[in-house]
Amino acid sequence: MTTPAWSDMAPATRPADYQPVALVDVLDRVLGTGVVISGDVTISIADVDLVRISLNALIASVGSLVPTPRISEAGEDTT
Amino acid sequence: MNGIGTKAESRTDSGVWLHGVLADSSSGALSATRGISGTPVRSVTAAGLVAVVSDVPLAEYGEQALRRNLENPVWLERTVRSHHAVVHQLSRTGAVVPARLAIIYNSDERVAHGLADRHDELAAALEWITGREEWGVKAYAVPDRDVVRAPDADSASPSDASPDDAGPGAAYLRRRKAELAARQQGQQAAAAAAEEVHAALAVHAVAARRHPLQDRRLSGAATAMVLNGAYLIEREGVRRFAAEFHRLASRSWPIRLELTGPWPPYSFVDTRENPAPQREESA
Repeated sequence: MTTPAWSDMAPATRPADYQPVALVDVLDRVLGTGVVISGDVTISIADVDLVRISLNALIASVGSLVPTPRISEAGEDTT
Repeated sequence: MNGIGTKAESRTDSGVWLHGVLADSSSGALSATRGISGTPVRSVTAAGLVAVVSDVPLAEYGEQALRRNLENPVWLERTVRSHHAVVHQLSRTGAVVPARLAIIYNSDERVAHGLADRHDELAAALEWITGREEWGVKAYAVPDRDVVRAPDADSASPSDASPDDAGPGAAYLRRRKAELAARQQGQQAAAAAAEEVHAALAVHAVAARRHPLQDRRLSGAATAMVLNGAYLIEREGVRRFAAEFHRLASRSWPIRLELTGPWPPYSFVDTRENPAPQREESA
């Protein structure tokens, strides 16, 4: 495997290499449209078929998927 | 990755999952890469482009099965991560136009048609992303401690007090009102800071866009997200971008920043059209 051009970079400039990638960040990108909770995620397959992912199941399980939720700043609910 | 073999003609029990498209001249090391459902990644070449694909059983990835499986979070995560792993791997050895999730063809022939039909668009996309990488910056509101403490001070808003305002009920309402006002101010300040961050980062980017904000139930974050930005950066400019990020992140203001990346350029190849097939996909 070729050495990535940035492999000489200091860890501080490449922090993401030292963290697991969060599923929701990948979903934002591979779905093209981002993940929006109001309703379901819609996936178009071959520009024709629409598949809706109900996010309820995803939300229920996402606690175990997200790396290190930051509880320390939980102080006040901001929603 | 050349000559890894072609899929047997017109088999109907498996589909061809598209991971991404490369220029024909690229020479990635694909042999060891596993694709969706553990099958080796293959290449399909046409019109001077290479589609990197893997075979998927239609029993699991056909239209009906896909509808069902996409609702299964465990299946979804495994599939998403497998696809991303291949795309990520490809992006480390050269320019790749990442495919969106669940672009599945009936045969290699269909893939080749797709490459030919969309050649100009794909070639332009490849040129656009060559030498560039995507970085993500997310910002979350941070509650201002002074603002949060304010509700405890009953005398915080004496102007609201009227003579018969002394009861515990009135005091509660005053506190509540101050709390809501503080929260609103905090959100406005965080949103304004997010705008500033996005604008400052975009200066260092070839292109910038904002994904929808992630819901806290999905992000797992303790506070509300105020920016979900993606930035396409020239590789030589990554240091400058990172320096700008760190400057912004260390500023004292009501947001907390997170940097992710480098990503394959997912957010910058989706120019209205998928780099994808036409109709005949569903088996």
